[in-house]
Amino acid sequence: MLLRATLLNIELLLALLAVGFVVGTIVAVLQVYGGRVLGILAFIYEWIFRSIPALVLLFIVYFGPARFGLATSRFLSATIALGLCSSGYQSQIFRGAIQSISSGQMMAARALGMSRTRAIASVILPQALRLSIPGWSNEFSAVVKDTTLAYAVGYNELLRAARAIMDRHYDLAMLSFLTVALIFLVLTYAGNWSLGLLERRTRIPGLQVAGWSKEGHS
Amino acid sequence: MTTPLLRVEDIHKRYGNEEVLRGVSFEVARGETKVFIGPSGTGKSTLLRCVNQLTPPDKGQVFLEGAEVTHHKADINRLRASMGFVFQDFNLFAHLTAMQNVSIGPIKVRRMHKEQAKARALAELERVGLGEKANAYPAQLSGGQQQRVSIARALAMDPKLILFDEPTSALDPELIGEVLEVMIELAREGMTMLCVTHEMGFARSVANEIIFMEHGVIVEQGPPQEMFTNPRHQRTGEFLRKISELYGETAK
Repeated sequence: MLLRATLLNIELLLALLAVGFVVGTIVAVLQVYGGRVLGILAFIYEWIFRSIPALVLLFIVYFGPARFGLATSRFLSATIALGLCSSGYQSQIFRGAIQSISSGQMMAARALGMSRTRAIASVILPQALRLSIPGWSNEFSAVVKDTTLAYAVGYNELLRAARAIMDRHYDLAMLSFLTVALIFLVLTYAGNWSLGLLERRTRIPGLQVAGWSKEGHS
Repeated sequence: MTTPLLRVEDIHKRYGNEEVLRGVSFEVARGETKVFIGPSGTGKSTLLRCVNQLTPPDKGQVFLEGAEVTHHKADINRLRASMGFVFQDFNLFAHLTAMQNVSIGPIKVRRMHKEQAKARALAELERVGLGEKANAYPAQLSGGQQQRVSIARALAMDPKLILFDEPTSALDPELIGEVLEVMIELAREGMTMLCVTHEMGFARSVANEIIFMEHGVIVEQGPPQEMFTNPRHQRTGEFLRKISELYGETAK
């Protein structure tokens, strides 16, 4: 029963990370390259979603539309709310990485005749995303735990399953919650291990956070 | 009269209070090598960047084969693709191998087939003597090798001309020769080249014309022989003597 629920946490985790990744990348790119108006909008976005507590946002998304007869599923609400929260944080990881890339890279891409968008997609992001992996694994560890927040809207995730066990067999309370804790230990470890592997697999000589200090200005 | 390959007219560029370029005009014929010299801070690099609009000029026009590059409706990406640019600090794409650095332009900009672009990239790497380094990443190459890859990257786009912005200034002295050799070879093969450089030996042996700039204007221009032996302006003579002492004449 707990393992089944764990799958739901993982499902939510992957979905919210994907939302956070896509939106976070777009926000980061807009902050760096979007110009004045889009840049300011991106900063406002980031400010909003890094300020509102995830649980508050979750209630807004889940209970808000229901008031107008628009029912959103628990999974979808949690994915959107937690994903948007995460996108605020992820955008900052990506923005830092993009800004650490020497301006000469963009210049060289433009000099070849690439448009800005093409240069961002083919030159800037492939480098920035590699540099983001260490910071991103930190965000990963945080949102793994955030999946339990979906408990509050009745999503059948791990904590809720443990709670259900306790309701039926009170003597198992300690055991079931400890099991939940243990499962999170394993999830976090497995995730960080995979990200470490990804970091090593995609590593390119000369392109890493440490030792990346060459300036591109002349 | 035939249209020149490149025509630059009355270029002005200001950074804050400083006017770096104060009305520069010149023409480049097909197959010509022009060398820009002058004290640092006189706008030579800015001028090159104005040619391909990496730095848009405040005033003035640039024409490539009669098409106005500076026009606000110009397809700047297409025009840039036919003007190679070699940077002082190479600016090779750090996440790509030498081969990928050279093939990315043909693939992403020219929409060339991947296999075809790879073959082309390998041919260009061989041309600059780096065929065996095709799979090395920039960080695994010496400065001289990186600069040769960046020349190959420019060549793979079949450029109408190549702009060299102090291509040897960031190199250790013993690595300058290998880059100049490639550039001399290109000039002899008839590539149109605009070079900002302090390498007087290179200028002497392949330049059709030397342009001496100071304070954002062209002071004097002419064939190397004339400029070295019989400059019209005192400043030109002084500068050439000083620079030749300082840098020697690496390329013969």
